[in-house]
Amino acid sequence: MNTPRDSERDSRLDILGRLLRWAHLDPPMLTGILAILTFATVVLFSASGQSWGMMQAHAVKVAVAMAAMLVAARVDPAWLRRGAPWLYLAGLGLLVLVLVTGDIAKGGQRWIDVGVRFQPSEIMKLAVPLTLARVLHERPLPPSLALITGCLAIILVPTLLIAVQPDLGTAVLIVLTGGTAIFLAGLGWRYITGALALVLAAMPALWFVMHDYQRKRVLTLLDPDSDPLGAGYHIIQSKIAIGSGGVFGKGWLNGSQGQLEFLPERSTDFIFAVIGEEWGLMGALALLVLYLFVVGRGLYIAATAPDTFTRVLAGSLSITFFFYVFVNSAMVTGLIPVVGVPLPLVSAGGTSMVTLLTGFGILMSIHTHRRLGDAVRR
Amino acid sequence: MAYGARIKDHGAEQRLFLARLIVALVFIITLALVVVTRLVQLQVVQYDDYSAQSQGNRIRIQAVPPTRGLILDRNGRVLADNQASFDLVLTPEQVPDLADTLGRLVATGLLAADELAEIRTEIGAHRRYEAVTIRGHLSDLDVARFAVNRPYLEGVEIRGRLSRSYPYGGALAHALGYVSGLNAADLKEVDPVAYAGTAQIGKVSVERSFEEALHGAPGQEQVLVNARGRSLQTLERSAARPGDDIMLALDLDTQLAAYEGLGSRRGAVVAIDPKNGEVLAFVSTPAFDPNVISAGLSRKAYNALQEDIDKPLFNRALRGTYPPGSTVKPIVALAALHHGTLTPADHVYCGGSYSLPGSSHRYRDWKPEGHGSVNLQSGIEQSCDVYFYQVARELGIDRLSGFMREFGLGAATGLDMPGEKGGLVPSPEWKRGAFKRAALQVWFPGETLITGIGQGYMLVTPVQLAHATATIAARGTRFRPSMLLATRDPLTGAIAPATPAVLPAIDAVKAGDWDAIIEGMHGVLQGARGTARAVGALVPFQVAGKSGTAQVFTVAQSQKYKAMDVAERMRDHALFVAFGPLDDPKIAVAVVVENGESGSKVAAPIALKVMTTYLRAGLPGA
Repeated sequence: MNTPRDSERDSRLDILGRLLRWAHLDPPMLTGILAILTFATVVLFSASGQSWGMMQAHAVKVAVAMAAMLVAARVDPAWLRRGAPWLYLAGLGLLVLVLVTGDIAKGGQRWIDVGVRFQPSEIMKLAVPLTLARVLHERPLPPSLALITGCLAIILVPTLLIAVQPDLGTAVLIVLTGGTAIFLAGLGWRYITGALALVLAAMPALWFVMHDYQRKRVLTLLDPDSDPLGAGYHIIQSKIAIGSGGVFGKGWLNGSQGQLEFLPERSTDFIFAVIGEEWGLMGALALLVLYLFVVGRGLYIAATAPDTFTRVLAGSLSITFFFYVFVNSAMVTGLIPVVGVPLPLVSAGGTSMVTLLTGFGILMSIHTHRRLGDAVRR
Repeated sequence: MAYGARIKDHGAEQRLFLARLIVALVFIITLALVVVTRLVQLQVVQYDDYSAQSQGNRIRIQAVPPTRGLILDRNGRVLADNQASFDLVLTPEQVPDLADTLGRLVATGLLAADELAEIRTEIGAHRRYEAVTIRGHLSDLDVARFAVNRPYLEGVEIRGRLSRSYPYGGALAHALGYVSGLNAADLKEVDPVAYAGTAQIGKVSVERSFEEALHGAPGQEQVLVNARGRSLQTLERSAARPGDDIMLALDLDTQLAAYEGLGSRRGAVVAIDPKNGEVLAFVSTPAFDPNVISAGLSRKAYNALQEDIDKPLFNRALRGTYPPGSTVKPIVALAALHHGTLTPADHVYCGGSYSLPGSSHRYRDWKPEGHGSVNLQSGIEQSCDVYFYQVARELGIDRLSGFMREFGLGAATGLDMPGEKGGLVPSPEWKRGAFKRAALQVWFPGETLITGIGQGYMLVTPVQLAHATATIAARGTRFRPSMLLATRDPLTGAIAPATPAVLPAIDAVKAGDWDAIIEGMHGVLQGARGTARAVGALVPFQVAGKSGTAQVFTVAQSQKYKAMDVAERMRDHALFVAFGPLDDPKIAVAVVVENGESGSKVAAPIALKVMTTYLRAGLPGA
């Protein structure tokens, strides 16, 4: 049955399998991520105005992020559980530091310059779910009121620090990440309905604490034509780009909205509009399917994870990843107000790529350390 | 602590977690479907709408401005053309260090230090990729200076364009006018589509009257633009149709002679061909430099021109209204001959003044000791006021003013130039309408007398005077004065001549009556006692003319007129009209010199210089 040629192929596959196992990588998830990154590179070349400089910067970022993923995948989840509070405290310290000394980029204080510039809020995207997963892991579930209160404090302190930078998008995402973790831990439905009611009731109050530009974004979502050259410009141009792409798109490098710079932020927050314009509905759907595949694999990892810490962590990281996708695509298609959330793994710039791939590394680590984890559990 | 009160149930926790995971999965799928639905809505349902919007975003239709037609004189000499001129332009986004670059430009002498503030404001008013003109009309030396320093002046370049050029400057300023930036008022008069790409429009005089022909028709250009409006690529282009060349009736030499003749004085010269109404010379002084105005004048410089006491922007030939003074006397005499109240042989005794019967008011003659016994010939030759008081009184104001109007006095002649003034020939009827107070509405007999010598209410423009003189020269045949001789198609070179517009002739007047006044005018210049015989003697042609002096203000009774006592600007205006050659008139000319005092001494030499220049050119061997 087995010809020599087959066995030769098998042994080659075996080498690859052993390499993956050694690196603690998860082949399905890795495939999904690489597919997204490949597509992203093609899109970015067009969206950057065929800038080789940007492509180089992008390549460097992908390389750093992949390295971070490889490292994270090899770290035993038990170590993560122990280190979580320290990472959280370090993140808080940096957030305070940013408020005092931070660089001012695009009208907000978000960056810190330590040789390379990075946003401390990115640390929090991992530190919050890690810390919550640990706290929930150590206590009986479903969570008691005291535990819920403690978790809310863990979420809200960094959220407030990020919101005053002001970085509304990241603040909202951290609340969603934290909320997801508590939800997955079994937060009682009465608390959930209560929280939703509270949010609805707080909407008017929120209006008054928002910055002017934030209010403007909400208003222009409701009626973009009220200020077509000002705050409504992004939404109008983005909708034109996507709509004019049609089913099959205008073709790579041929999107007039993006190539002629009608579309603002085309290589960063609004890159999804470039995909919609040049690759059409088919391209946008293909990307969504890839995202859903990666998210689905993440949820599967969560479902098969051995303990509460890894389950909650894997679940909230996966669902949060989907939130990024949803918030960005909904913003670019004019469903929700413009918040500064990049399209994960595709948008150029920012430090989110490193954070995201570190998160995927953690997911892979959780999956590949399952039996190993059981064996070496102390 | 609550922690210790409860025990972890791993199995229950895992079931709870899986249940929550399923809820989350449903939620995720729902949200994904929302996005997919939205994409379908945008990309399938509303595709046509957004596709059209994206097309409109990227293609801009731009007008290609046409090249303005040339203006030529009757012999084809260029009076206004388009010359390449060089501007220094700066594109802010290409300049690495604006302060440093501006500093270098000052150091090389291309900019003046005190202009910097204005230039910075100008730069600030443009988008960063737009080239801003920081200095216009560079000289060759400036271009060379720039070339030497070019390596240090990144983002600064020299840009050529066509700008209107008037090689003869002030000599033709009022005849040609000038072009200047289109303003809101211009845009109401012209088709905005035709002028979409045009920066300048003819503002006054010929540049304005023939604007439509000179302008041409714009072409179109479809340009690919980016979101900031920068042109990236031309997709399609249709050429502009250049404007027609305008050939004027003006004779450049005659025009220059008139301009030189007036020199630094305030005044006007208009010369007309009596055979067809063609305007051979059209000068108003002081003039301005149309090159400077077309290049763009600062508000301050423009205001300075407007507030100049000599009013250099005022077109005296077209819009200056002056009492014609004695220059109307031949027409007054002709009216009386025609209506039979006068024969050439009738004598009037001039004792230096004239009084109406039953009145002690004395109407003075310009010569206090009087001319003695005067007939038609000597009355015109010596410009005897008393003779014409008598002629006017016997003729009566109605017949007098009616006849003057037949000559075109007191009304715009219809010259093809915008803004012509009408002037005034007074009559009892006019006076009733012109004044509110009943006491002022009465026509006094004395007013008939002074109308007879061209004073009082009467006002004419130099164009009217030249036109009336041409009518005398042509013995009643009248043409509408015309600047335009022909238009020339710049592409084919085909010339379309303008046809002279014939006006109602004064044909009821007998030939002998014309002879009588023309002989009188001949005597003015070339008779034994003519007022301008000193000037006429120098002319190698048989010519006719008439001097005039227009009072700027009325000197009180019996007060001796002393020029020295009156401010220069209050002196009498000097006028002279003339035509020649006598046997076959080819040119009629009117000269007004403001505050020139003496028509014979100041205005006549200019008139004869103009005529001689024109007639000499027509001689064999000239």
